[in-house]
Amino acid sequence: MSAQPGDIELQVDGRTVRVTSGATLLDACRAAAIDTPTFCWAENLTPVNVCRICVVELAGARTLVPACSRKAEAGMQVLTDSARVRTSRKLVLELLGSSVDMSLASDFAPLCKRYGAQPERFGPRDTPSDHRDASHAGHHELGNADKAASMAQSVKIDNDLFVRDYSRCMLCYKCVEACGSDAQHTFAIGVAGRGFDARISTELDTPLSDSACVFCGNCVGACPTGALMFKSEHDLRAAGEWDESKQSVTDTICPYCGVGCTLTLRVQANRIVRVTSPSDNSVTAGHLCVKGRFGTAFVADRAPDSGTGQPPT
Amino acid sequence: MDLRPIPVDPSDEERRAVDSVLGAPPADRAQPAPETARVLRTQLLPTLLALQNRVGWVSPGGLGYACSRLGLPPAEGYAVASFYALISLGERERSFAHVCDDIACQVAGAPALCAQLERELGPAFQPSHRAEPGQARPPSKAHWGHSPCLGLCEQAPAALVTSARTDGPRAQAFGSASCASIWRALAGDEIQPRPVHLDSSGPRRLLARAGRIDPTSIDAYLAQGGFAALRRAFEIGAEGVQREITASKLVGRGGAAFPTGRKWEAVARAAAEPHFVVCNADESEPGTFKDRVLLEADPFAVLEAMVVAGFATKAGRGYLYLRGEYPRAAAHLELALVKARERGYLGRNILDRGFDFDIELRRGAGAYICGEETALFASIEGYRGEPRTKPPFPVESGLFGKPTAVNNVETLVAALDIVRDGAAAYAAVGTAGSPGTKLFCVSGNIARPGVYEVPFGTKLRALLGLAGGIPGGRKLQAILLGGAAGSFVGANQLDLELSFEGARQASATLGSGVVFVLDDSVELAPLLQRIAAFFRDESCGQCVPCRVGTVRQEELLGRLTRGISLGSFEQEGNLFAELSQAMRDASICGLGQTASSAIESALKLFQPFSRKTP
Repeated sequence: MSAQPGDIELQVDGRTVRVTSGATLLDACRAAAIDTPTFCWAENLTPVNVCRICVVELAGARTLVPACSRKAEAGMQVLTDSARVRTSRKLVLELLGSSVDMSLASDFAPLCKRYGAQPERFGPRDTPSDHRDASHAGHHELGNADKAASMAQSVKIDNDLFVRDYSRCMLCYKCVEACGSDAQHTFAIGVAGRGFDARISTELDTPLSDSACVFCGNCVGACPTGALMFKSEHDLRAAGEWDESKQSVTDTICPYCGVGCTLTLRVQANRIVRVTSPSDNSVTAGHLCVKGRFGTAFVADRAPDSGTGQPPT
Repeated sequence: MDLRPIPVDPSDEERRAVDSVLGAPPADRAQPAPETARVLRTQLLPTLLALQNRVGWVSPGGLGYACSRLGLPPAEGYAVASFYALISLGERERSFAHVCDDIACQVAGAPALCAQLERELGPAFQPSHRAEPGQARPPSKAHWGHSPCLGLCEQAPAALVTSARTDGPRAQAFGSASCASIWRALAGDEIQPRPVHLDSSGPRRLLARAGRIDPTSIDAYLAQGGFAALRRAFEIGAEGVQREITASKLVGRGGAAFPTGRKWEAVARAAAEPHFVVCNADESEPGTFKDRVLLEADPFAVLEAMVVAGFATKAGRGYLYLRGEYPRAAAHLELALVKARERGYLGRNILDRGFDFDIELRRGAGAYICGEETALFASIEGYRGEPRTKPPFPVESGLFGKPTAVNNVETLVAALDIVRDGAAAYAAVGTAGSPGTKLFCVSGNIARPGVYEVPFGTKLRALLGLAGGIPGGRKLQAILLGGAAGSFVGANQLDLELSFEGARQASATLGSGVVFVLDDSVELAPLLQRIAAFFRDESCGQCVPCRVGTVRQEELLGRLTRGISLGSFEQEGNLFAELSQAMRDASICGLGQTASSAIESALKLFQPFSRKTP
């Protein structure tokens, strides 16, 4: 590859990497085919660099730096697998795993293995509490120190389209960004509270149906941990019937307006159980409206088979 | 965006509170246009504080009215309101006592005071609660609640009593708090403040006027050489000021010790317009009260220094961000602003030199993190006080994304002497690496707690001597140097030289100038537990290492204090070592990066839990 004007040359793990001006260290890592984990980063959202799983060691910097948002500069020397990087990534995994139900975050278990993370080192996760939504910033009561305080709480089911299981919320801010200035401009949710009591919330924890929510589901599409989930998927999982081996995934075009959004339909037992759009799609950038996201139930809206009670196949 | 308002009407009182900040509503009741809403957003925190201070809490109706006046989605207003400890989203008694139980007060009997308050005033405010979706949290009948450091450590234990009143709120902070004085303050009595003990060895520069002149009189300030530095600045020009500040080697006194000259030069040079000056008066580091003393006792000096900084950095506007827990400083500053404007030291064409500069006073609302410079900007702008990633640094992209010189109060006041007398005169005392003088906040088990101005290079032993040593025939156990984000030093380290290089040599930090003295009667374990609780309470919650790490750190100390452990003590030690390393390395800002430093130093020095190893 020949150098272009504006190209930046830096060292990543001792290798020379060339990226264009404006690229991040994450871009540089990927250009060098170095697998760099991310949770809160997404290609269609502004980096918030809060999860800190992508930290790398930059020569001359006092602390580690987040690869996802640190701009590459000429001459930087970056280490992505040093002892310091490994320790921080391990601890980020352990801190998340000990406080959040990460079981539906697809990368989580392999990453724990890769970094030797054992979340249970911090003790068993504490019992659920439904006091988070009205907790006051600042002073807290000291809990049981032999249990690890956690996000565990009841699932919020206040509408027919999607559920909010904040026991699984790692506070990556993606839903807030997708609801706000990165996609939908609805601003129905924000991060409320402070510190460990921080939480995704509508004003006063108002049910979504009474909030500004327009049910576009872009928050669901952005959620990396399954905290926001189609009600159809939630119900199947609750019934123990969610089975990805029996699901098919089909890309199609939304049947509603003339924009032509790509829909990715996940189908189980001939029912659409989840609708997404590819985040690299030039029309949608991964975002849909309420019709494309949730308005496809009619496809399966046929009389059940009179003999089996199942929808016709 | 379509706003969906909160479907609850405000009371007349709430309407008036909001209108007191935003003015009367437009006749057509139209929502502000989006461009206007962006400008208005910066009024969010002042509006929420007006509700809190006049009504006693931020109700759904009050929040809803504030948001519609500001053109703000209610979810965003709620996100900001729920970030601050001094804002209550549930109905609360109009008169409420915030009782400090932080490190200095803990050592001075706050636990006993709180126990007595429980008995006589009833249970403390319950921070964690259950509320119905869409409803405010249930009303609280509590008259008092626990508070982090109130910056009155020299007269611990301390309390801040706020009384919400439509005709103008009242707040008083006082030390030597007792159940009786708190009760009297709640009933509306004025508690006479005790004057702070001020002393110095060597020249009195930062404390030249504090305690010696009437802080409400601009004439008294002028008679003591007030505004001479500003006149000198006009003579030597902006570049001249930058030159002197750089030559003086002045570094920030808030804790980070960044060279002030470099900061000012960078802002002056920055191409983007406008430039801003921000005075960081959000002093909240446990054990720190020096800025409070300057703000209360020498407010004109702080304003003059901001004008000088504005002139040097080519800024037209300054913001003074004062922590919400300093009512006396707020009153003195408000008065000083009015008088300085009257006499032409602020506003248009200052001293007829064609320079325009004005200052807006902003109040914090109970959030230590807002002392972090980028969190402070976010707070002024009307967002949650969450730090931003650096780079870009404030000199390039600070307040409202513009080049900003943000300086601590003491730094600014130190700059006055440098500009007036020159860098060479400033360096007449101090060390080669740290010229000049420094304020230290001496508290704890010490005969004369107070603010001490000593030349850099003074030995820690000499400072303790100046403060009268340890009373009651007790022996020194340890000193917490630099605050909760600093480190403990032992009795064998009294030869430590109080300078930036001296502290570095001893692997300590001067931090914000905290010298918190502990005699051999103090139990370290509860103190460390309190420090851990502080960081958990004050973490903004944005990044994983700090949000969860501060909790795990507190739990770990809790186990050790109770003599239990997950596995062996050695395992807990390894866990702590890795946890503190990850917090230091991977947190976004200084809060998480230093949240374990004092605890780590104590565990190394004293092994306070070793005898309890299971």
